[in-house]
Amino acid sequence: MLDSLGFIIGTTLMYSTPLIYAALGGVITENSGVTNIGLEGMMTIGALIGATVGFYSGNPWLGFLAAGLAGGVLALFHAIASVTFEADQVVSGIAINFLGPGLALFLSRLFFEGATMTKAIPLDSKMPRPLHGIFPRNSFLDLVFNQYATVYMAFLLVFVLWYLLYRTKLGLRIRAVGEHPRAADTLGVNIYRIRYLCVILSGVFAGFGGASMSLAIVSNFRPTLVSGHGFIALAAMIFGKWKPQGAMWACLLFGVSNGLVVYLGRADAPFQISVQILSMLPYVLTLIVLMGFVGRASAPAAVGVPYEKGER
Amino acid sequence: MFKKMLALMLVLLLMATALVGCGGGAAQDPAPEEDQEQVEDQPTEEQIKMAMVTDVGGVNDQSFNESAWNGHKQAEAELGFSVSYVESEQDADYERNLETLLDAGNDLIWGIGFMMTDAILEAAEFNPDQKYAIIDPDFGENVVPENLVGVLFKAEEGSFLVGYIAGKMTETNKVGFVGGMDFPVIHGFHYGFMAGVKHANPDAEVLVQYADSFVDAARGKAIANQMYQQGADIVFHAAGGAGDGVIEAAREQDKYAIGVDEDQNHLAPDHVITSAMKRVDNAIFMVAEMLKDGDYAGGETKVFGLADGGVGIAPTSDKHVPAEILEEVKQVEQEIIAGKIVVPNNKDDYEANY
Repeated sequence: MLDSLGFIIGTTLMYSTPLIYAALGGVITENSGVTNIGLEGMMTIGALIGATVGFYSGNPWLGFLAAGLAGGVLALFHAIASVTFEADQVVSGIAINFLGPGLALFLSRLFFEGATMTKAIPLDSKMPRPLHGIFPRNSFLDLVFNQYATVYMAFLLVFVLWYLLYRTKLGLRIRAVGEHPRAADTLGVNIYRIRYLCVILSGVFAGFGGASMSLAIVSNFRPTLVSGHGFIALAAMIFGKWKPQGAMWACLLFGVSNGLVVYLGRADAPFQISVQILSMLPYVLTLIVLMGFVGRASAPAAVGVPYEKGER
Repeated sequence: MFKKMLALMLVLLLMATALVGCGGGAAQDPAPEEDQEQVEDQPTEEQIKMAMVTDVGGVNDQSFNESAWNGHKQAEAELGFSVSYVESEQDADYERNLETLLDAGNDLIWGIGFMMTDAILEAAEFNPDQKYAIIDPDFGENVVPENLVGVLFKAEEGSFLVGYIAGKMTETNKVGFVGGMDFPVIHGFHYGFMAGVKHANPDAEVLVQYADSFVDAARGKAIANQMYQQGADIVFHAAGGAGDGVIEAAREQDKYAIGVDEDQNHLAPDHVITSAMKRVDNAIFMVAEMLKDGDYAGGETKVFGLADGGVGIAPTSDKHVPAEILEEVKQVEQEIIAGKIVVPNNKDDYEANY
């Protein structure tokens, strides 16, 4: 029984991690007033670059950082289009979602002799598992705590982002820019600089999210690896009311329901439920929680609206 | 205003770049092909031209497309064919690419993968004089035109062999099967594998779970983790990208996994003990031979199995599977070919026999 619980918790953590990174990316950019539906594309490029750099350098941390950088570069395009040129942020995001996977495929073929999937990274040069081997294998503690470093860092990042947004001057400015850019502007806050920073950071986080899949959950990239996680993260961010801790809980909910899908669908389960019905669980559960327990969600007031200096 | 126009242009540019990235494939015929085309203008007029359209995976996908291209190259080397390929970058490219190869005057045009079924059916109907063939089609209710050959594989026979290996090698008497989606194609893998396990080791238990996804690697990993936790020591997957997670779980838990469709040993050299392979290359070569001999049989679906080398176990199996078990596998193979062992590909047949 305890082992089953451990399995569900462990699976939840594994599942939620990439979503948390990407959702935090959504949180920071939307709090500054820029929508970013390009998270999916940024995760994809992050997953590829993470796996590629990780494979060739043999250093997962280098891969992880490079993945963040790649996501950030893609986000820079989004920032240029939507902050400087005031383009429709949704359209630019969609373009990123086309560009990310296309570019990933192209680069993968460039780096791996035309192959659309990267070569597998040896276990030793994957993300380290800090608590690996301390507990007996498949014991409760092992199942819960023997996670990849990316998992712990995701939760750390939730705290860091919460602190940044709600306990620092910069965070106050970011939120002011997202709520009422004109007011912030009159107080001397550089709207463009703040928004550039936040959009790029969102790409960095999304890139981390992609790399947490290709460097920890599995050890190679294939074009189908990031299939829809960016969009689920986007939903989790809204579900979590644009707050880092809220987004984290939403991702955990999604993770735990996926853990339950696997647990309830196991071969010797006491009652057999059709796998198709089980697979609806994460979405049904999300809907129920959304309807029943989460109050009205309100986005930052200026989200999606480009800021033009001097416009009335 | 100027800014808005500029923004619009920029977004259009972004979109265009994205689309170019996706759709450029058809125009980029591979370099070797050009060389061949120059050569092939002069020599014998009888040289048969065969070409293929890849699906979105591309020709070096380490899977079906690559295997299909190997079959083409074999036909080039051994039968003197002239071969070429065109890559599809998205589903919308299939029709266009088939058209391109039609204009190039090929004798036989291959579509690789079931996603191309509709496109190739349409092409075959519009061009009754052109010969076509397709790997893994799903014709459904459609009548197969006289100028089209469908090629299917007896996945259950390959799965039976890897099931036999798993049944012999398991130390816990528990093995696992992770399926992609719960539908007939995957049932061939599922019940073929179970039958193979039982044939080798009637006491062994097979844990079965479907991921309901061919892409969700985390789901595949969680399922495999659970199976290993429940005491299984070998897990076979037929779950595409979700199977990457199964193999990853085997590596982390230091247990064994069995790959599918291609030789997946490269994903985890110490943990993938064998793979149930579809030999797309052999099938294409065999159809090419038929074409050369004038036996091209349009209007039907050919099913390749163990008997003609259409399925089999991975060549790297000898790294982990003891030689005596591989010997037994060869015998089992002969018995299947001789019809002494009937391999089930659905639940009813399985339950009737095991």
